[in-house]
Amino acid sequence: MGKTLYDKLWDSHLVHVEDDGTALIYIDRHLVHEVTSPQAYEGLKLAGRKPWRVDSVVATADHNTPTERWEEGMAGVRDPFAKLQIETLDANMREYGAKVYFPFLDKRQGIVHVIGPEQGATLPGMTVVCGDSHTSTHGAFACLAHGIGTSEVEHVLATQCLITRKMKNMRVAVDGPLGRGMTAKDVILAIIGRIGTAGGTGHAIEFAGSTIRALSMEGRMTVCNMAIEAGARAGMVAVDDTTLAYVKGRPFAPAGAEWERAAACWRGLTSDPDAKFDREVKLDARAIKPHVTWGTSPEMVVAVDEAVPDPEREKDAMRREGMERALIYMGLEPRTRMTDIRLDKVFIGSCTNSRIEDLRLAAAVVKGRRLASNIRQALVVPGSGLVKAQAEREGLDRVFRDAGFEWREPGCSMCLGMNEDRVGPGERCASTSNRNFEGRQGEGARTHLVSPAMAAAAAIAGHFVDVREWR
Amino acid sequence: MDKFTVLTGLVAPLDRANVDTDQIIPKEHLKSIKRTGFANALFAAWRHDPEFVLNQPRYRGATILLARKNFGCGSSREHAPWALVDYGFRCVVAPSFADIFYNNCFKNGLLPVVLSEAEVDRLFHDCAAFPGFKLVVNLEQQGVSTADGSKSMRFEVNAFRKYCLLNGLDDIGLTLRHAGKIREFEARRKAQYPWYF
Repeated sequence: MGKTLYDKLWDSHLVHVEDDGTALIYIDRHLVHEVTSPQAYEGLKLAGRKPWRVDSVVATADHNTPTERWEEGMAGVRDPFAKLQIETLDANMREYGAKVYFPFLDKRQGIVHVIGPEQGATLPGMTVVCGDSHTSTHGAFACLAHGIGTSEVEHVLATQCLITRKMKNMRVAVDGPLGRGMTAKDVILAIIGRIGTAGGTGHAIEFAGSTIRALSMEGRMTVCNMAIEAGARAGMVAVDDTTLAYVKGRPFAPAGAEWERAAACWRGLTSDPDAKFDREVKLDARAIKPHVTWGTSPEMVVAVDEAVPDPEREKDAMRREGMERALIYMGLEPRTRMTDIRLDKVFIGSCTNSRIEDLRLAAAVVKGRRLASNIRQALVVPGSGLVKAQAEREGLDRVFRDAGFEWREPGCSMCLGMNEDRVGPGERCASTSNRNFEGRQGEGARTHLVSPAMAAAAAIAGHFVDVREWR
Repeated sequence: MDKFTVLTGLVAPLDRANVDTDQIIPKEHLKSIKRTGFANALFAAWRHDPEFVLNQPRYRGATILLARKNFGCGSSREHAPWALVDYGFRCVVAPSFADIFYNNCFKNGLLPVVLSEAEVDRLFHDCAAFPGFKLVVNLEQQGVSTADGSKSMRFEVNAFRKYCLLNGLDDIGLTLRHAGKIREFEARRKAQYPWYF
């Protein structure tokens, strides 16, 4: 029987298996950031252990770093606890080392899931882990990539392996051409709307089909990024020409004869035609419209031309209660048209949508226009220093600034509001990030997840608009 | 890590589905470089509400949290189980858990128990009906029973995780018994695929 891409990645990293199926898999790339690593390094030190292979580590500070006042240096970090975490990472990097470390203020610093691929530190066929659930992003490169807890961060540092069990195989096939204005974000929101936030639990999802094949690497990263929002720790896409073209020439990618050998190996990172999946889901891309979440879970999502659903029409009591609670938190009435929802803030950024392609899409919508008067703040936070520099070369920063957006330094920013970029209590935000949980962007914050083009259009109109009608 | 063998404890019911890690511990409380000190951060936003389950005197001292499906979805932050353990919980009973959270529990002496929807439903009912409702969780026997022994349920747990939790074993020490095998694997991989190194 043929193997799935996930089967191949699993088999090629298997070091040891216990009788009950508990396995040790080898980890090629370990991404480290300031929030989930300090306790792991402390644990290592307390036990008198050394990292197994420091050149597997790529590190940066991204979660709580400020996105302004960089000219002040460390003094610009006003929060003493954030400062302590950043300095602790600095100290751990000095003591233990890494393949490469992009500290706070470095030109190449950025969101860990943006800089890994950007640097060629994420290569096809790798196992990639990080103490962050959006590590699934790297699956876009046919990697087995998933988030781990801090105890596991320490375990990988000490042993270069992860104790885990094989997941089941799931394939989500999306076929057909996407309509005008539709993006990878709408595709993944549509998938989550279909299968739910626990739909992929216990599975590794392979995203396949002609629609996925036609996406750029940036788009594939957006899709894989939110696999965790569908319950799947890992999402992935098979290798093709698009993958190889993206990786070639990156700083940490192989070059010359070694590139040829590597590329030949990577070509095999696809599911065999006769591979069996435990579960298959199919979507027709032609039916995908711009999506907007209305509730406090990514599965609470509708198309922009629809209305906020009515809990009274939900038969399942548990779901109905969840919907009612979400509507109270979100301050929304059932049957309100999505396009009637007015906004206070707009956030364009996060590991889901802060790459150059995302900024270009948003800028194209914004160009020559101004923020609506009800928008109190609109942030554009590039995913990395290199994305920021590229956008500035293309003049995108001017487009955003002229419209009234704030053009910030890279980081996780308002996606989770660990720094001072937050949505206030009761404020409503159109956000290109990945989670609309209660309090995610700040206590009492009301988050609506959308694509960069939809967020940009909402910033100009002051309410949600159907980007397909944007002229 | 603390051993987990048999736990007899007061049950606190949290009657919501899809409780995510941002609810278990809001990110304002993640800014520590230690593993402890998160007890007050547990469900911090919900605890403003005087009616919230953990604010009700009858559930004070609870060590077992009864929850609904997909508990722990969202982030990989281990601060979520740290906060539950710091508060005093040693066991969470639910019909299903998110994968990463489930995994993180075992690393911290916190036992996640999966029971059927019907069983969990009945426990919610019992919890509401009987003040001081307790459960006995026996990891060795993989059983959950009411304190009077009138009801008992069985749960599944992977043998390796069970062994580690029963004995309070450190994963790293166990893995390093295979250090030779890891070195061999690594040498082979490096020879075959040097671009990963």
